[in-house]
Amino acid sequence: MSFFTPENLEKAKVLVGLYPDRRSALIPLCHLAQGQRGHLSHEAIEEIAELLEIQPAEVMGTASFYDMLHTEDVGKYLVGVCTNVACLLGGGQELLDHASDVLGVSPGGTTEDGMFTLEEVECVAHCDKAPCAQVNYRYFGPLGNGDFDTLVDDLKNDRLSESVPPHGVLSRVFRDAPPMVPLEIIHQERRKMDEAKKARLAAQNPDAGGKQ
Amino acid sequence: MSTDAPQNLITISVDGKEIHAKSGELLIEAAEKAGIFIPRFCFHNRLPQVGVCRMCLVEVKGPRGFALQPSCYLPVADGMEVITDSEKVKKAQDGVLEFLLINHPLDCPTCDKGGECPLQDQTLTFGPGESRFIEEKRHWEKPIAISKLVFLDRERCIQCDRCTRFADVVAGDALIEFFGRGDHTEVNVFPERPFTSYFSGNTVQICPVGALTASPYRFKARPWDLSQVESSCTTCSMGCRIMVQSSQNQLTRYLGLDSDSVNHGWLCDKGRFGFEAVNSPERVTAPLARKDDDYVETTWAGALSQVVEKIGEAKAAGDSHRIGFILGSRLTNEDMYAWVKLAKGVIGTDNVDLNMGDGLKGSIVAGLPRATINEAVSSKAILAFTGDIKEEIPVLFLRLREAVKAGRTKLVTIGTRANSLDGLSEATARIGIDELKSFARGLLKDGSEFGEIGAVLSSQGVGSDGDGLVVLLGRENLSVDQSVAEAFALELARALPKARFLITLRSTNFSGGTDLGAAPGLLPGRSLLGDVSEALAERWVTTPSHAGLSVEGMLKSALRGELDLIFVVGADPRADFIDSELANAALDEVDFVVSVDTYMSETSSRADLVLPAAAFAEKSGTTTNFEGRIFTLNQKVTPPGVCRPDWIIASEIALEMGEDLGFGSSSEVLDEIAAVSQLHWGLSWSRLTAAATVEGALVPLSPTALSIRRRAMLDQVSTPGIASVWNQGLAQSKTAYLDVDSADGSIDPASRAVQGIGLPEPLWPMEAIQPAGSLSLDYIRKLYSRGEHLTRSPHLSELIVKPKCRISYDTAKQLGVKTGESVRIIDTGGGEASFEAEVDDAVKEGAVELIHGSFLVSGFSPVRADKAVNYVKVERA
Repeated sequence: MSFFTPENLEKAKVLVGLYPDRRSALIPLCHLAQGQRGHLSHEAIEEIAELLEIQPAEVMGTASFYDMLHTEDVGKYLVGVCTNVACLLGGGQELLDHASDVLGVSPGGTTEDGMFTLEEVECVAHCDKAPCAQVNYRYFGPLGNGDFDTLVDDLKNDRLSESVPPHGVLSRVFRDAPPMVPLEIIHQERRKMDEAKKARLAAQNPDAGGKQ
Repeated sequence: MSTDAPQNLITISVDGKEIHAKSGELLIEAAEKAGIFIPRFCFHNRLPQVGVCRMCLVEVKGPRGFALQPSCYLPVADGMEVITDSEKVKKAQDGVLEFLLINHPLDCPTCDKGGECPLQDQTLTFGPGESRFIEEKRHWEKPIAISKLVFLDRERCIQCDRCTRFADVVAGDALIEFFGRGDHTEVNVFPERPFTSYFSGNTVQICPVGALTASPYRFKARPWDLSQVESSCTTCSMGCRIMVQSSQNQLTRYLGLDSDSVNHGWLCDKGRFGFEAVNSPERVTAPLARKDDDYVETTWAGALSQVVEKIGEAKAAGDSHRIGFILGSRLTNEDMYAWVKLAKGVIGTDNVDLNMGDGLKGSIVAGLPRATINEAVSSKAILAFTGDIKEEIPVLFLRLREAVKAGRTKLVTIGTRANSLDGLSEATARIGIDELKSFARGLLKDGSEFGEIGAVLSSQGVGSDGDGLVVLLGRENLSVDQSVAEAFALELARALPKARFLITLRSTNFSGGTDLGAAPGLLPGRSLLGDVSEALAERWVTTPSHAGLSVEGMLKSALRGELDLIFVVGADPRADFIDSELANAALDEVDFVVSVDTYMSETSSRADLVLPAAAFAEKSGTTTNFEGRIFTLNQKVTPPGVCRPDWIIASEIALEMGEDLGFGSSSEVLDEIAAVSQLHWGLSWSRLTAAATVEGALVPLSPTALSIRRRAMLDQVSTPGIASVWNQGLAQSKTAYLDVDSADGSIDPASRAVQGIGLPEPLWPMEAIQPAGSLSLDYIRKLYSRGEHLTRSPHLSELIVKPKCRISYDTAKQLGVKTGESVRIIDTGGGEASFEAEVDDAVKEGAVELIHGSFLVSGFSPVRADKAVNYVKVERA
């Protein structure tokens, strides 16, 4: 146990405890780990596997499936430029080319200072502000080349740190959940509800003979 | 529609033909049984279906007419109408294959799978015939080694999920997984975590393309150059059914055959890749006589006359009891019988045994009421007090795992140490040796301190007489003398008379050997020395006058100078006997040691005369697994040099002595076994081969019938109806039933009742007192513990476990030792050896774990034969 900070390890244990089957906490733990380091390192994956009592390969299998989980190092800001139809018509490809020039990396690459990773993305449902881009999943648009330069400058100088946290940080407040309700109690409650419903229906419809 | 169907069957229509099927059966299987082959890639009858490849689409009639549905995912229903050969189906198949071939490299000429490839075959039969794809294919690095045994070529992979499903669901080692998504999907291992499963070879066998290849077979042969026979694996006592394939008189590959009763088509890697040992250039190929410190090749005639001369000398010095026979469990039933007959029936000594101190006494093996694997996995509950099944009988572990996961039975485990069955167990109890007696007496009787175990058994409906309980009995911890396990079993058998036992010892043919009298005090057919049947008296010159010695007894006797001549047949007591110190000291004392062996093992390389024996697949015969099930072993290659099957060597020695053992072929040996042994009545080579059966024959033969299932195919996907492919596969015998009684009318069911030998009183050893300052010893076996078989297999030898000593954290703290540092172990006999320490919290407090077979240090033997429980002292080296 060495990847998670003591604080995050506590959170991880709470997350694992939320589910009847440990491995259900896989994706929440991946988010937690990504929040800590910005991406899922092999070390993180091994520790998640240990916590869930499964193999690292199984964690990797799931993590590599989802685009929002990164198993390779990414920059502090993940810049995704949309080149889907609406944005394309609005100059999305030009924006991507410009971004590539400004940042000095081709799509998929990370700048040397570790600040930016550039991605080409499919429609992110921000078509009314085409051409658009997202930075750590926060929308910006419409973006002309000048607007993009300003955005990059703002990000570099920490002027947007309020609204755009570093990559991996979850916007959601960490959720705590009450202790798990045992299945028997759930079944019991369901039975009660069913009986109440049956009684109600029977009262409404005395002729139907219990038909629902 | 269902009126004319046999009971419990429903009727469906496939391509206009009415077929019967079991309700709930999958359409693809029902059709196949009726002779209609639906192509498939992802479907495998021993794996849960996933329906990902879409190759098995067929038209099924629904409320809105016919629609395409995957037949591997569709249970049959009464009156279902199915079309498998319409234009629509054909178009779907064309489409699926065209998509699969988009990224599949057409490197068939250099691919090991070429010629037996389901993708190749099914493309030819069902595919479009032409590709419209002109774009660049997806590229991956060409084969990457995902373990020492398995290579993965991701370009060839069609993502059928067979290997990953097998690893996860069947083996429980999810070390390979799908990574990525869409056209970037790949199967891979996590970095630095190779696919080290004991069962990795199975993924190679079930891969429907050449994506997974096994390093021992890569580029060795083409499928059409291989010839094959059916046989049984003799690596452990499971008896997994295999197909032995060879090319140019060299074994090239074993494939698992699907047997319902035994291995379900799976093999462990040790069994699967052990064929390399047979091909080893280090085989003994001629009789070798010791001359000073060297060996000189001699002739069979010279060797045999020397043997007979020595027998004569030993007899002259006293009587036949100065001669001993240590038989190895690799011997076939025929070999066992011939050597037992030579020893007990010609020479007249009862000093014959095969228990290397890691088994159980023959009379107990022969006497306990037995269960079969199928009975165990469908029993109400299983109680395990056995060595680590995953390490010793790996495929049995798969069977148990499957049954427990499916909820067919429940498992409880007791023992002194952690065991891989613990993870499957409903309840586990760490039990001290001194507690075993009260446990056995109190189980299901009182609410003893091991109440949890009793509670699970009771809730499963196990009767207080043990009804419905199957006990897995083995050697849980080799540091504890066999007498403890024996007393425990006897106590249980007495307290729970209806409980049955599965004797999970790993030595290959211990069961067959015991049944044929290869243990002191026993005669063939699970009968005692005194019970000489008429048939036996007719064929044996003599019988021993009094009970002889076990291996341990022979070694002790040899140490006292009371044995002049020892035959070691297919065994290596210097390395394998549990007290290696005793074995080495004793064998040094014996005047003349004859070793019948395939390699220059520890024992052979210090014997006075070495006789070359034929190895597995170099002779025909039968073997018996731990259930008491008899399988055929077939010859595939000719032995090198002048090696001979062990039974012929026994015959030749007898002939040289002027006695004829009375058989000239291994099937004649089997005939004689069937004649003299109650247990084996009705058995014959022709019946075993013609009649049967991939399932083998359980002895005593059941009065009802030997049920003969249609032979399982090598691979369920390799049968798309192409003649050449059918020819490669197994000859398909039709479903048939052989009624033992009516087959030739020679067997009277009443005479078939085997009386069985009575069980002795439980005899508990004296309580062992732990010497001050000592630690208890966990002496265990690993799958890859050193052995001749492994060291002579180039690929497996890389996996042999390193000698290591595992200790718990608190012991490490006390000693001030860290992982990787060295510790000195001192055994009770004062011998000592140094080991690399590994600190592991899986080892219980106050214990030391050593692996039997991982080391051979002169003067050091952590287990001493005269101790009931062994303790060791550990020091910082």
